[in-house]
Amino acid sequence: MTQYLFYPGCAMESSARAYAASLASVAKTLDLDLAEVKDWNCCGATEYLGINLIPAYALIGRNLALAAQQAKQQNGAGAHTLVASCSACYLNLAKADHYMAERPVLGDRVNEALAAGGLGYKPGTLKIRHLLDVLINDIGLDKVREKVTRPLHGLRVAPYLGCMVPRPDYDKRWSDYEQPDELDRLLRALGAEVIDFPLKSECCGGHMPQISPNTAFELIRRLLQGADQYKADLIVTVCPMCQMNLDAYQDETNRHFHTHYRLPTVFFTQVMGLAFGADPEALGFGSEIVDARPALGRIQTTPVASGPVGARPRAKAEGLPMPGRRPEERER
Amino acid sequence: MSATDVSPAEPNHNLRFLEEVSAATAGVSRLEMCIQCGTCGGSCPSAADMDHTPRMLFAMIRAGMREEALRSNTPWICVSCYHCVVRCPQGVHIADVMYTLKGMAVRAKLYRDAKAPEFSQTFVDAIESYGRSFEFGLATRHYLRHFPLRLPGMAPMGLGLLTKQRMSMTPHRIDGIDQLKAILDRAKGLELTS
Ligand code: SF4
Ligand code: SF4
Repeated sequence: MTQYLFYPGCAMESSARAYAASLASVAKTLDLDLAEVKDWNCCGATEYLGINLIPAYALIGRNLALAAQQAKQQNGAGAHTLVASCSACYLNLAKADHYMAERPVLGDRVNEALAAGGLGYKPGTLKIRHLLDVLINDIGLDKVREKVTRPLHGLRVAPYLGCMVPRPDYDKRWSDYEQPDELDRLLRALGAEVIDFPLKSECCGGHMPQISPNTAFELIRRLLQGADQYKADLIVTVCPMCQMNLDAYQDETNRHFHTHYRLPTVFFTQVMGLAFGADPEALGFGSEIVDARPALGRIQTTPVASGPVGARPRAKAEGLPMPGRRPEERER
Repeated sequence: MSATDVSPAEPNHNLRFLEEVSAATAGVSRLEMCIQCGTCGGSCPSAADMDHTPRMLFAMIRAGMREEALRSNTPWICVSCYHCVVRCPQGVHIADVMYTLKGMAVRAKLYRDAKAPEFSQTFVDAIESYGRSFEFGLATRHYLRHFPLRLPGMAPMGLGLLTKQRMSMTPHRIDGIDQLKAILDRAKGLELTS
């Protein structure tokens, strides 16, 4: 069985504890072996890059160097895959690996800095992948379906990926930059009704609640309105930052726009665990600010007969090409 | 005026700033390739709050308008959503250029709104002393300083996060903090030029 190196990131220890707990449960069910990178440091999120470039890349570089070292000890010449669960961490790790190769002078500078700590990293040593990618493409949906004991019939979910997973996608791992369907397919495999959520890769506002709140509230409002229009019970996300913004700032956004949205936002691993029959509390349900339990009450024991969920009229493939899912993917 | 009238010894200030920005960007920025099509601004979810659309900003950089470009709030409003990056016909690394401009504005002290650079700096300070980020301390310091009026309305949420153990009161310090500090200290003396 492949062992993956795993980079959890700071949020998994605090605001995204539910993600960490549910991932542990799901990984066990699916025999996913994740070995945490020892003594990893913060990836710098979206903050360090804007302050001082070489230190920002050296900060990420230390994680890459530690992970590569550990991979060598554990797997010899074998699999060198580093898995990240947080979108910003995933992008930062992938970005450093990519740019250190694309711009060798950056690679040299970063290695000069790493040498001060007795470390070094050769770009390309590790494959950087997001957890969802590993679950879909390595573990596979057949195995996921096999483990479902409590299908999520009747639960209408909005699959929400946010920006930094499908973009900029240096390794071309995702089905589409703007309308990727990986999360939809996973949630459908769990028996949920998946709405065709057009905002699935729009921005949650990132760090804007702290910097320019009105910018953030508008981005959050768009997402809530979108999910609400399609009558979603639940927004399912893959990113701690997205979860935080949609959940913790939903109240303030409502006050700002005089709206009354109540859309619980949970991690995809939490709903996976639920479908696998795990105890909701052990999966971190209850730690969200906008309570998800009423939505969970809508899960039914038998499949609900319904037409295509949230199907929206789409323009025919004539005229100008517009971003959208390729037709052959819609039915999957 | 013919081309020969320009003395090669004369510094070309216009060219310089564009080159400076490009060289200081992590990958190969491709900023020189911008064709001013406006796809970036049209794709940008936060363009409404920006002083200049990314396209305008890049035109200013090309025109050598150093101070105006570094004073623009655009890089600070950019949420790094990468919509423009995947749509740009010229493959310009737009989001990374925004990071470069932030760093330059910080060094030149040319930003107008201190909230964003101070937030980033507080975040960076925490990383430099602990190796991990520290949401509780960071959030409290930041809100007290910049948004005291939002605090009463936010208290229930903050309390919720605390009681649900979603914010830690004490930061976690990594074992290799001295190693990390040595790396970052060395890194601070290095610059990206080519
Ligand atoms: S999309 Fe690209 S080419 Fe077009 S204006 Fe923006 S940066 Fe320039
Ligand atoms: S990456 Fe920045 S500039 Fe580009 S579309 Fe997103 S917010 Fe706008």
